[in-house]
Amino acid sequence: MNTLKLINNPLQPSSESPLLRRGLGEAFISIQHISKSYKDVQAITNISLEVQKGELFGLIGPDGAGKTTLMRILMTLLIQDEGTATMNGFDVIKDYKKIRNMVGYMPGRFSLYQDLTVEENLNFFATVFKTTVAENYELIRDIYIQIEPFKNRLAGKLSGGMKQKLALSCALIHKPEILILDEPTTGVDAVSRKEFWEMLKNLQQKGITILVSTPYMDEATLCNRVALMQKGKVLDIDTPAKLVENYTRKLYAIRSNDMHRLIMDLRLYEKTDSAYAFGQYLHVTGKDDEVEATEFENFLMKKDHENLEVFDIQPTIEDVFMNMMNE
Amino acid sequence: MSKNKSQDTGFLPPLSEGAGGGLKVITVRNLVKKFGSFVANDHLNFDVYQGEIFGFLGANGAGKTTAMKILCGLSSPTSGEAKVAGFDIYKETEKVKRNIGYMSQKFSLYEDLTVAENIRFFSGVYGISPADRKEKQDKLLKDLGLESAKDSLIGSLPLGWKQKLAFSVAIFHDPKIVFLDEPTGGVDPITRRKFWDLIYEAADRGITVFVTTHYMDEAEYCNRVSIMNAGRIEALDTPENLKKQYSAKNMDEVFLKIARNVE
Repeated sequence: MNTLKLINNPLQPSSESPLLRRGLGEAFISIQHISKSYKDVQAITNISLEVQKGELFGLIGPDGAGKTTLMRILMTLLIQDEGTATMNGFDVIKDYKKIRNMVGYMPGRFSLYQDLTVEENLNFFATVFKTTVAENYELIRDIYIQIEPFKNRLAGKLSGGMKQKLALSCALIHKPEILILDEPTTGVDAVSRKEFWEMLKNLQQKGITILVSTPYMDEATLCNRVALMQKGKVLDIDTPAKLVENYTRKLYAIRSNDMHRLIMDLRLYEKTDSAYAFGQYLHVTGKDDEVEATEFENFLMKKDHENLEVFDIQPTIEDVFMNMMNE
Repeated sequence: MSKNKSQDTGFLPPLSEGAGGGLKVITVRNLVKKFGSFVANDHLNFDVYQGEIFGFLGANGAGKTTAMKILCGLSSPTSGEAKVAGFDIYKETEKVKRNIGYMSQKFSLYEDLTVAENIRFFSGVYGISPADRKEKQDKLLKDLGLESAKDSLIGSLPLGWKQKLAFSVAIFHDPKIVFLDEPTGGVDPITRRKFWDLIYEAADRGITVFVTTHYMDEAEYCNRVSIMNAGRIEALDTPENLKKQYSAKNMDEVFLKIARNVE
């Protein structure tokens, strides 16, 4: 049953949440004109964005987009060259001690002590933050319960999915108001990814503000709002629904029996603007969006494609992102 | 989970027999790998054919990496048989290694060496003579349109170029099979799709591509896909047939049904 529920309900973002509909008070995380370079590499350029209290906000982009740099600045682990950032009103430079107590952080690379057990890791992080596991157990219970049977196992000996759950438990053990997660689902299989997003949704329900980064475009739809990022810049910020709505191009799904030849043929067609593989279909746009489905169809029939299908489709966030990359 | 036919060795021909269909470049029979009492690979049985794009999927911890290491000649199985590029994975691991290529997102080229230095390094590893190397290198750079980048450090190149080069270097010694371990992880959506163009080109040239990925849309681009769970191959077929078999509208659903049900 659980399986069915997940397939049919891909964790609809709770845009119904009164907090998010109301137009929101002041920003809980505020990033204003932040730039950072490493020697001659400009990592992020003039990034501004605001995250509301209780929001699940996604930084969506490939490697090199600047997601980690931005998060490390927020976590007070890096100092920006320009701009300001505050969390719950505290400045990331001046008030760094307050911020470290207030924010939970799960870095991209596995950051737990490999030669301590599951339980020892958790106790360690609780102690560092001057609390105990018992005191905040309620918050991590749903997550920790899944790895508790292995509490005496060394962290280094855990599977990827279990490591991820332990890292999340450790990031939560001091009951942070804000959770910052740097690519928690990278290299994680499709099933574990879905489970992880369920955990994030549950944490959001408990009132935690979440900033999460991911290179998986499909995960954007699980956030309340996202910033699409590339090469250190923000391409756009909006709700996933609005981003899709704002994509005004005519997009077609096309398939035939020979998908490889299909994409080659379409690329040679003078009326094709872009043709990309999207699972079992190609997503295709025409030059100036003036090409009709029948024109693609006629062209491909002449090329002897069998079982040809051409129809209009709604774009995904990945279409939106790729279109922005090409602009 | 109902009993799966890929688990049933009855219909598979013996290892040496070249049965109908294409030429087999990987044959695996009853392959078992145990670590202590833990069974990482539980009686794997499958064949991979020449020029095929074979998707090797599974949840984290399902046993994919263990199986890949065995097929690459880096680890010995506990029991069972397997041949890769015609060589026995117990006794002929060096020959196996010479006849395969390998690339992953994590390990591909040396960032602080130039393009030409990387090619020289990998040519040396695979025993390509300097004269052959020169000729092949010129052709490779010309085909990729990267002649001007010959003396650039890999680290200074855009991601798309790096990926093209990494893949070209992985098949520089004309292996029969190339193993790609999550080659597109973290890559932007356009570069990711361009990478699949390279995969198709290699397959068209007769190179067998054995690829792992966590992107389920990429599973659709494979000729056949196997899905592992808890050490076993739970399903193996074309994406089309798998979708029919599991009444799923895409491979993401197939994967979910298999990986969730078994747990």
